Amino acid sequence: MSIVIVNYGLGNLAAIKNMLRKLGHDSVISSDVDVIAGAGKLIIPGVGAFGKGMENIKSMNLLDVLNKKALNEKVPVLGICLGMQLLTSHSEEGNVNGLNWIPLQTKKFVFSQEQKLTIPHMGWTDVEYKPNHWLFEGYTEQPRFYFAHSYYVEYTPAYSVAEAVYGFKFACAIEHENIVGVQFHPEKSHRFGLNLLNNFATK
Amino acid sequence: MRRVRIIPVLLIKGNGLYKTIGFKKPNYIGDPINAVKIFNDKGVDEIVILDIDATIEKRGPNFVLIEDIASECFMPMAYGGGISNMDQARAVFNLGVEKVVINSAFENSAELVAQIAEEYGSQSAVVSIDYKKSLLGSASVFTVGATHKTNSNPVDYALQAVKAGAGELFITSIDKDGTRLGYDLPMLAKITTAVNVPVIACGGADGMEDFYDAITKSGVSAVAAGSMFVYKGDIDSILINYPSQEEINKLYARL
Repeated sequence: MSIVIVNYGLGNLAAIKNMLRKLGHDSVISSDVDVIAGAGKLIIPGVGAFGKGMENIKSMNLLDVLNKKALNEKVPVLGICLGMQLLTSHSEEGNVNGLNWIPLQTKKFVFSQEQKLTIPHMGWTDVEYKPNHWLFEGYTEQPRFYFAHSYYVEYTPAYSVAEAVYGFKFACAIEHENIVGVQFHPEKSHRFGLNLLNNFATK
Repeated sequence: MRRVRIIPVLLIKGNGLYKTIGFKKPNYIGDPINAVKIFNDKGVDEIVILDIDATIEKRGPNFVLIEDIASECFMPMAYGGGISNMDQARAVFNLGVEKVVINSAFENSAELVAQIAEEYGSQSAVVSIDYKKSLLGSASVFTVGATHKTNSNPVDYALQAVKAGAGELFITSIDKDGTRLGYDLPMLAKITTAVNVPVIACGGADGMEDFYDAITKSGVSAVAAGSMFVYKGDIDSILINYPSQEEINKLYARL
């Protein structure tokens, strides 16, 4: 069953495919409803604005097939960066509703002048994950990942499987049934990302 | 632990990797794809690839080479050189690059940077600012590979870039380029005080102490270097290198 990287007009699609190829996993980048309908696993990437992402998913007629794959067929889904935020119910970015596959909120980073934290949160940050979680299996050192985001998903014990700190603790990996999302970019996090994408591809 | 990005800057001429001094005297280093593979293995934080001929030759980016590099690059990659319109920027993003670096094109119009930020998010729009000091010490921004002097000083220019939508600034002292004499800390401090986006320091780095100074004394979010990552030793012999994780952790521990 093939991995389909959903092309909804935003995001770093080639980088994900390149890393999967390096790992020996076939994947296709597609915006075709039939190809997505036949997927064994879905990756929802994304770099850009939340509103534009939802708008594209709707205007490209992808909403029905994505809902069917994720909610009815329950194929494994991995959302990356904006793709993770789209899994949530709502984002403060443009005040737009998301796919609503995981009942969480996407919020804007707000810091005081004294905190001296720039937005976007950009760079490498250490990640704490839930012990023995399948997505983080195989690390022999604490993993760190590359982040680039101005909005974050709230931390909740019920849905968070990994957390990071930027000013405060936020959810950097979330899970609900067959659906997982990561705020960071595994495709740009060399050995740490290779391991995580391999865990998803071989699950 | 606070992690500050340590970024090798790779300069491209034709299909080769070069290193300059003061934006002049390009010295051939080797094959850029091979260098990127080595940096992957070393677990580098991020790389910046700059085509130093594109704008001077009035041409667009070398998409074939960018694709070859991006497909071997499993770390964040920024590309700059010859991007003057949105179609070129989109084509670069589509090859698997997460940030585009705009330099000369920003001088004439803020529109391109604004559009990149709008379409790909401000974190994807980097404005690169090269500047040189006059004998009297006043600094001016230069474009087109340090061949064209503008009427702006780096701080005003930085503010304009952020206003246009730049999510990050890449600041290079032309005077310091290739000298390994340390960063221009006072100018970097002025810029980081003026803007609220991440600033990457470039030009003059020779070692971990320069990184430490740039981070602690001038408040930059990331440090970049060319020479120290492609040369090794007193007599500059070519060797692609990067500090070990132990050395990096020692630096972080002091921050």
